[in-house]
Amino acid sequence: MSTELEELYQEVILDHSRRPRNFGTLPNADVLVHGDNPACGDEIHLGVHFSPDGKLEEIKFSGQGCAISQASASMMTLKLKGKTRAEAVDLSRAFHDLVTGSFAESSETASDRDLSRRSLGEGGKPKLGDLQFLQGVRKFPQRVKCAMLAWRAVEQALAQNAGEASVTTEAES
Amino acid sequence: MREDFPILDQNVHGHPLVYFDNAATTQKPRAVVEALRSYYEHDNANVHRGLHELSSRATEAYEAARARVAQYIGATSADEIVFTRGTTESINLVAQAWGGKFVRAGDVILLTEMEHHSNLVPWQILAERIGARLRFVPVRDDGTLGLERLDQLLTPEVKLFAFTHVSNSLGTINPVAELCAKARAVGAVTLVDAAQSAGHMPVNVVELGCDFLAFSGHKMCAPTGSGALYGRAEILDATPPWHGGGEMIVSVTLEKSSFKKPPHRFEAGTPNIAGAIGLAAAIDYLEGIGRSAIAEHDARLTSYALDRFADLPGMRILGPSGERGAILGFVMEGVHPHDLTTFADQRGLALRGGHHCNQPLMRRFGLPGTTRASFYFYNTTAEIDRMIDILREAVRFFA
Repeated sequence: MSTELEELYQEVILDHSRRPRNFGTLPNADVLVHGDNPACGDEIHLGVHFSPDGKLEEIKFSGQGCAISQASASMMTLKLKGKTRAEAVDLSRAFHDLVTGSFAESSETASDRDLSRRSLGEGGKPKLGDLQFLQGVRKFPQRVKCAMLAWRAVEQALAQNAGEASVTTEAES
Repeated sequence: MREDFPILDQNVHGHPLVYFDNAATTQKPRAVVEALRSYYEHDNANVHRGLHELSSRATEAYEAARARVAQYIGATSADEIVFTRGTTESINLVAQAWGGKFVRAGDVILLTEMEHHSNLVPWQILAERIGARLRFVPVRDDGTLGLERLDQLLTPEVKLFAFTHVSNSLGTINPVAELCAKARAVGAVTLVDAAQSAGHMPVNVVELGCDFLAFSGHKMCAPTGSGALYGRAEILDATPPWHGGGEMIVSVTLEKSSFKKPPHRFEAGTPNIAGAIGLAAAIDYLEGIGRSAIAEHDARLTSYALDRFADLPGMRILGPSGERGAILGFVMEGVHPHDLTTFADQRGLALRGGHHCNQPLMRRFGLPGTTRASFYFYNTTAEIDRMIDILREAVRFFA
């Protein structure tokens, strides 16, 4: 087993992709976002219900895609439940940095590889928790879009607030 | 013959490289690389204008390459060969220059559901601009064309029928001669996309009876950025220029210009001289092996791979079960094409995963994408065995 593969497809990720959490439709969704990644055909339908005080009270997704996109979506829904909009935006930014490798490159030493013990809470950075298992994506730049699809959808949901919207990982003119 | 391709002899991610992405681009033999080196080291100059020795040599080699291409595809004259950057540029040339003049509002452009985006998007752009209509020959579940619908679709309003010789994701080999004959009977011009056939099997434009034929050098051992458009002399003569610039004019005043005859009318600016020379060297190399021998090797590998695939559980193979090109698109239950392709890459196996520039076709089969293995004459059955082992391992890993 090559190290890169093990880092990309950690058991936690495979588990989420096989048994995605919060998978399904959300009948009381305030906002529905259809996201797609036309380059690979991945699709996500994301529903978010906001609480009266503006928190992401419920969040569900359905769709199809590779293990990375499915696991990322599943783990994202767990992470974002109960978060405020501002917290969600911060997490999305931190997650993007994590999978693109633009975050804390220098701290990626062997001892830091024990991700479960690593805290990103210092220095005001939001804690990514289990999402850190997706760090292996940074070695596979062509898979960043897979990991980001669900997050692009939730960013759109936050911007949109209500109704339906579409979002794509490819910029169209 | 493997020794002609030093690139194949390497480890990727710690495993021996198995290169099965030949439908995307093939590897280049030493003879082609050497032809480029020799040209740049001894003869490099601009063509058709220098009055010095190097320019004469470059011009001679460039025009000799044109004659070689003409001979390779059975064209009657070298004047019927326009050098382009490849299939995509060839088709865009026809769509914009020929189509811009001869396709009118309300005319029909007939395509098929299996076209690569390069033989679809240029026609969409033209149809939008002119007000023409697009029609499509459907694809059957087995990946062959629904020819029973052809008579209904191929009406006198059809100005052009453009279709692929070999499907880049299904491997289907279309009956080109039959399709061209039927199109001619209603007065439609034909364009054949030979990107996946020109380097794999005998292709003769006179026997096929097509008006245009487009292909890429890089899918047949030649450098990227080389390729050609064949146009039947009479049709090419009637086609107005496409790009304007140097090299394609006879005389220029501030107000207007007169243009050269084909093929130079369609080659504005300094062409890819080295690319054309490399293409001719690739043709020499391929003819040394023999295109029938290549086609036989393709068939042997494909049939071997299909037999081995049958052992794998949850395997769905797209395309016809009978005669087909050396292109196998497949999906494996429980493993997404992109995960599979990443997994294979980490084992040194180069496959392609995704929609293969065939989004409408993938939709037709209800698939987000497939994984594709495509072979060439330098591939072996031992490499196919290696692929089967890797696919088995991937199923265990992901499922």
